[in-house]
Amino acid sequence: MSFHPNEIARRARVASFIILGTFLFLVSAFFRTQVVHNERFALKSQQNRLREVPLPAPRGIIRDRHGAVIAENVPGYSVSLLGQSADSLRATLLRLSATVPLASSQIEETIRKYRRDPTRPTVILSDADFAVISVLEEHALDFPGLIIQSAPKRAYPHGSAVAAFVGYTREITEGQLAAPQYADYEPGQQIGVSGLEGQYEKLLRGQEGTRFIEYDARGREVRRGAGGRPDLAPLGAPDLNTNIDLALQIYVADSVFADSLVGGMLAMNPRTGEVLALHSAPSFDPNWFIGRLSDERYNELSSHPGKPLYNKVVQGRYPPASTFKLATAIIGMQNNVVKLNDRMPEPCRGGFMYGNRYFKCWEKNGHGDITLSRAIEVSCDTYFYQLGIRIGLARLLDGATAMKFRERTGIDLPGESAPQWPVSRDYFDKRYPRGWTEAVILNLSIGQGENDQTVTNMARFYSALATGGMAVRPEIVKGRLEREQIFQLTTEQMTGLRNALAGVVSATGTAGSAAIQGVVLAGKTGTAQMPFPLADHSWFVGFAPADDPKILVSVLLVNREHGYNAARAAKAAIEYYLKQRTVQLVDTEGQ
Amino acid sequence: MIRRHVTDYNLVLLALVLSLFGLAMVYSAGQTDAPTAVASVYKKQFIWLVLGIGCMLVISRASVRVLDWVTIPAYALTLMLLAATLVIGTGAGTAASSKSWIGIGGFRLQPAEFAKITVVLMLARTLASRREAPKSLLDLWQPAVVVLIPWVLIMLQPDLGTGIAFIGIFFAMLFWAGVSWPLLLLVASPGISLLLASSEKLWGGWFLLLLALILYYRPYLVEGVALVIANVVMGILAPTLWNGLNPYQQKRLLTFLDPAADPRGSAYHVLQSQTAIGSGGWFGQGFTDGSQKRLGFLPAQHTDFIHAVTGEELGFIGVSVVLTLFLVLFLRTTNIAARSNDAFSGLVAFGLTASWLVHVMVNVGMTLSLMPVTGIPLPFFSYGGSFMLASWLTVGILLRISSEGRGRADSMAL
Repeated sequence: MSFHPNEIARRARVASFIILGTFLFLVSAFFRTQVVHNERFALKSQQNRLREVPLPAPRGIIRDRHGAVIAENVPGYSVSLLGQSADSLRATLLRLSATVPLASSQIEETIRKYRRDPTRPTVILSDADFAVISVLEEHALDFPGLIIQSAPKRAYPHGSAVAAFVGYTREITEGQLAAPQYADYEPGQQIGVSGLEGQYEKLLRGQEGTRFIEYDARGREVRRGAGGRPDLAPLGAPDLNTNIDLALQIYVADSVFADSLVGGMLAMNPRTGEVLALHSAPSFDPNWFIGRLSDERYNELSSHPGKPLYNKVVQGRYPPASTFKLATAIIGMQNNVVKLNDRMPEPCRGGFMYGNRYFKCWEKNGHGDITLSRAIEVSCDTYFYQLGIRIGLARLLDGATAMKFRERTGIDLPGESAPQWPVSRDYFDKRYPRGWTEAVILNLSIGQGENDQTVTNMARFYSALATGGMAVRPEIVKGRLEREQIFQLTTEQMTGLRNALAGVVSATGTAGSAAIQGVVLAGKTGTAQMPFPLADHSWFVGFAPADDPKILVSVLLVNREHGYNAARAAKAAIEYYLKQRTVQLVDTEGQ
Repeated sequence: MIRRHVTDYNLVLLALVLSLFGLAMVYSAGQTDAPTAVASVYKKQFIWLVLGIGCMLVISRASVRVLDWVTIPAYALTLMLLAATLVIGTGAGTAASSKSWIGIGGFRLQPAEFAKITVVLMLARTLASRREAPKSLLDLWQPAVVVLIPWVLIMLQPDLGTGIAFIGIFFAMLFWAGVSWPLLLLVASPGISLLLASSEKLWGGWFLLLLALILYYRPYLVEGVALVIANVVMGILAPTLWNGLNPYQQKRLLTFLDPAADPRGSAYHVLQSQTAIGSGGWFGQGFTDGSQKRLGFLPAQHTDFIHAVTGEELGFIGVSVVLTLFLVLFLRTTNIAARSNDAFSGLVAFGLTASWLVHVMVNVGMTLSLMPVTGIPLPFFSYGGSFMLASWLTVGILLRISSEGRGRADSMAL
């Protein structure tokens, strides 16, 4: 009998044990999940809903020597998106592209940014204009996970006037993010690219803050400060004080470099190296780079014949031409082969015959029989050819190397080019394997030949002329004064050289038209010869007042022929600076 | 002799406590930060509960004889309704893609929920009509057909959860009818072959075991051959069958095998459920305060995954209370089966118990990823009118069987 009561009771017992076993199993499974692994799941639950939204920090404000603003932060808006997955992000971006102009390349770029850090809101527009923001705010409910936040935006009130040294910021690129030195950067963050923004990125960056926001499963913001976690406020960076004289800088950029001049100018205090102005023309507006550089602007910048993004002050290298003659003169005097009043065996008759080759002086009619001082004033090539031969190649090479014609100045700007100067005779052996003659010395002694210098390096060399042999490192941001004795001359010799330089900018010199009334300007012109059909480059490096230098200017004008063009530009800047100083002094005393 | 009918108040009390607990959880399930239609379903659920209690009171007046009498017409009606569902049925709520509901007047009913009861009744009638327990596979053809017809109709909807419940009911009732363990194993063998088909070694081992079992049990030759063929077919044709499954069913099964493989796909639901339960800890995040539920991370929080709401908001303590209530209920109903006066009553009581047990095991196991996601509801908890009515009908039937049974209603089977 299958339904005998004893049988039934036995089956009921078996069934009851099976039921009990099932429940013990389930209860232990819940114990394991809820009690043993509680922490793991609690964390997961929190990660599900709490998202950290970064609050961008304002960058440090860059100021000039008087506190005037060079780079600041203005209120802007950024648009970012919290994605559930790359696919949902793509779908949202495609829908967004109906409202916001988004190129398909931008969509792909945004998705790559998301993949790099899926927990972080992905920045779509780092600088959206107000019209876009108001449309998005209206449709915010249609775009779950959309974060519109006010974000400090970099602005350069004087734009193109300061571009050469201030640089610009932009969103960090994928390439940079992959590099180890940018390990602490996140996609969507702004980074300083060139100029001071790049050089002092660490100081200017500030520290990003965090806002904790609770999101629901559809990515809609539910509440802020969720879980009792208040915002971590962003920490702005302190101001960056520079040595720049903004008034002079603007004068240089807008007035001196008017008329579509191409070139660069560095103005500094020759004793301290404080850079008062630094301009490269043609310039660009760094504000264009904020947010996203439009394709038109990019094309405009990259196709401009004057190469606006190429810095003619620290990157550009040009033959120093006659401005180098002072180096030749100093090497000669240090080696006791020439004195300021010495004359050369052969007077200048418009050129010099060396071997079977005739080397021309720039003055076809010749300068006649002149002293070293006079040769500097009139920039006589014939004189310096003979001086070079007297010094000899080895001593000339070593002398100029000792005066740092092979070294970067160490100015606090990224991308400074190293000057070119032959280190020894080996250089010529390598460069001209089929043989070369000592004639190279003639070109070298007048600043031509295998010699390329930056505007910045020429400024350093002349700072030594202005101060008795102490070359100073130019610096834009107040830092450590770095001076070095690069040559030793007696006081008479120094005075003589300075007088000769003052003679350059006098009625009898090569830059007579650059004379300033009431102030003695000392300097040297240069005309860097370019191969035909290119026009020569125009150089001038000088300082004023000659007896007590307050300002030194090094200027190069691309394709502007004779050096007196550069001298006039330098004169304008120096005159402006010295007059402005006088006015300020009166003001200060009047208080 | 007039029997004194003692009402099993404790059974009603258990069901009522579970229902009110469930109602509270359905209410909580609606409390989300972004309000949805779920916010008000607890009101409907309350009405269904009242209706269910009414049904319980009515059905408990009907003696077991009456039940026996209506079994055949009820079973026939069930088959018709299930067939009709395939034609005029619609999806709803969290099971939008299947055809499980039919509209009657203003109501939408799920015939499958009532089929679980009528199949139990029909199976009990079939098994109780025999003097001896089935001893061979051939003896089992009648009960097999009773279950197989509605099972096929339900799998066509498709409703995998109810299909699993039918299989549980079938084996539990064969056990209660006295079918021996080896025979149960032989009946189950093709299914086991199917499950093990994915691994040649496992299936090979099982096949050797099966041959040993056949030699020990010595069925008829025909049966033995049929068993071997069935197992070979299941073990080898399984890949083909697998390809016959709907993609979502395949996905769910795969999800069950490895929930971490595709966290944003079908396993997403299970992971969110586990996260909700795991974050509950000992005491939970507090009634209505579960963040996974509030913020919409928990799927089907008022139906299939309602137990995860309990886990998240009331913690391990709350879960233990619910499971203990179910345990006490099932031990009690098993005892009702044991105390019953006749074979039919006992089989019905145990079949209904088994049906509930499968629901609880599969549903609760699913929330912890111990079982595949099959869309099977939790009795008295999951929102759904048909199932609430069916559950209380079950209480009514069990109440009647209890009152007609021998001995004290309060004792348990253990």
